[in-house]
Amino acid sequence: MNSHAGHPAAVSHPASVAPAASRKTVLKVENLEAWYGESHILHGVNFSVSEGEVVTLLGRNGAGKTTTLKSVMGIIGKRTGSVEFEGQNIIRTASDKIARLGVAFCPEERGIFASLDVRENLMLPPQVREGGLTLDQIFELFPNLKERLNSQGTKLSGGEQQMLAIARILRTGARFLMLDEPTEGLAPVIIQQIGQMIARLKQQGFTILLVEQNFRFASTVADRFYVMEHGRIVEGFANSELEANMDKLHTYLGV
Amino acid sequence: MQALYAQLLVGLINGSFYALLSLGLAVIFGMLNIINFAHGALYMMGAFVAYFLLQYSGLNYWWALILAPVIVGLFGILLERTMLKWLTGLDHLYGLLLTFGIALIVQGVFQNYFGSSGLPYAIPDLLKGGVNLGFMYLPIYRGWVVVFSLVVCLATWYLIEKTQLGAYLRAATENPTLVRAFGINVPLMITLTYGLGVGLAALAGVLSAPINQVRPLMGADLIIVVFAVVVIGGMGSIMGSIITGFALGVIEGLTKYFYPEASNTVVFVLMVLVLLVKPQGLTGRAA
Repeated sequence: MNSHAGHPAAVSHPASVAPAASRKTVLKVENLEAWYGESHILHGVNFSVSEGEVVTLLGRNGAGKTTTLKSVMGIIGKRTGSVEFEGQNIIRTASDKIARLGVAFCPEERGIFASLDVRENLMLPPQVREGGLTLDQIFELFPNLKERLNSQGTKLSGGEQQMLAIARILRTGARFLMLDEPTEGLAPVIIQQIGQMIARLKQQGFTILLVEQNFRFASTVADRFYVMEHGRIVEGFANSELEANMDKLHTYLGV
Repeated sequence: MQALYAQLLVGLINGSFYALLSLGLAVIFGMLNIINFAHGALYMMGAFVAYFLLQYSGLNYWWALILAPVIVGLFGILLERTMLKWLTGLDHLYGLLLTFGIALIVQGVFQNYFGSSGLPYAIPDLLKGGVNLGFMYLPIYRGWVVVFSLVVCLATWYLIEKTQLGAYLRAATENPTLVRAFGINVPLMITLTYGLGVGLAALAGVLSAPINQVRPLMGADLIIVVFAVVVIGGMGSIMGSIITGFALGVIEGLTKYFYPEASNTVVFVLMVLVLLVKPQGLTGRAA
């Protein structure tokens, strides 16, 4: 991958860190600003994700990573700028319509519904396109879920809840997944399982936008990274350039 | 003993109305976060629509059972789309005040045209008369009201607890934003839920018309007790609303037999006791 991520110019021209041009751009975010009530969280975010890529947003708490995902999903009240999904600007689109275009979101808090059992949680998101994973394929990825189908959703362990939260969006046929800190608070063995799952999804051609604090985990699954700070993308580089950027990363992430 | 059974039946009938109304209140509260004080007025409208249908269109009771909930439900949908939807995210108090105001206006308009006395609504021919059960005489219409209400309550429970649509509804009650982000048109669901709750109230109104007559304030009198029922049962559970509704009707009926002086207050005494022990209600989830 050819990029100039090391240069500050890359910040305002994220296209320069984009991967091989032959790939179709799935998501293109330009000058995205977002507000929670009165507080201005995103101050002009620019980045893009190409088909089949796993892209990770890194950054400290409060840098605006989750807000970025939520803005793409259309669940932040006030947002401006441009969010293009498969060429269509969705900055003004309602979130249910965005989901119907093939965008799926797995929130940081997982969002397992307590009043639904595991099966109902799994079957909740409607199919938005052909070609979602079948239940058999899902159980192959997540064997634990099959045994717990009749349990109450919130009775599952944290790891199982995370798997359920991801599994249910794989059913829908959406090919663009946004996962918000899928490894948060989970045991290493589960994190490993989630890593393998992401690798398999990538193999199957899914495009994934990941938010992670767990930098070590992200480095095992991501093709490219963007670093966020104070509501902006301040850095972008490919996985191959990771070593060269370690020092900077340590400064940004404070790890 | 005859009197005891008779009071039990009265209790079951009142319980049917409590159940249908508190069920609607619970569904509406879950989805819209609104304490629907207009519920009594909408129940009254159901009875009046039945009366109008018969009086002006010649459409009998059976038509009214279908049409009145639809017509009043559409009125509810209009209320939701034009007014209630603006209250999203605001304190409960606003919804309570708005719906209370709507109830006063609706009741005032009906009182203006129809006074306060009751209009008669005849029991449909098919349900006239009664059967002697040996231990008591059962007017068929009253038996019908209990059975039909129970069926409607259970059907509503099934819809909410056992179907995909119900799963959307329960999920959206917990986290509407996420359900919408899955591609479900939650605002439309909220509107339809209000329509459903209102329709149930109107259905109760139709059922009540031949028993209690059609009066502009019929709902205002009933709704106070229904709110006590809801407080006792808790807003959280569909089955809880149904069971509490019927149970309190029966308790009221039994009180009428054993200690008539307390029959009007027993529900409120129970409410106080429940609030002391379990403030979220018997089946309610802690907020």
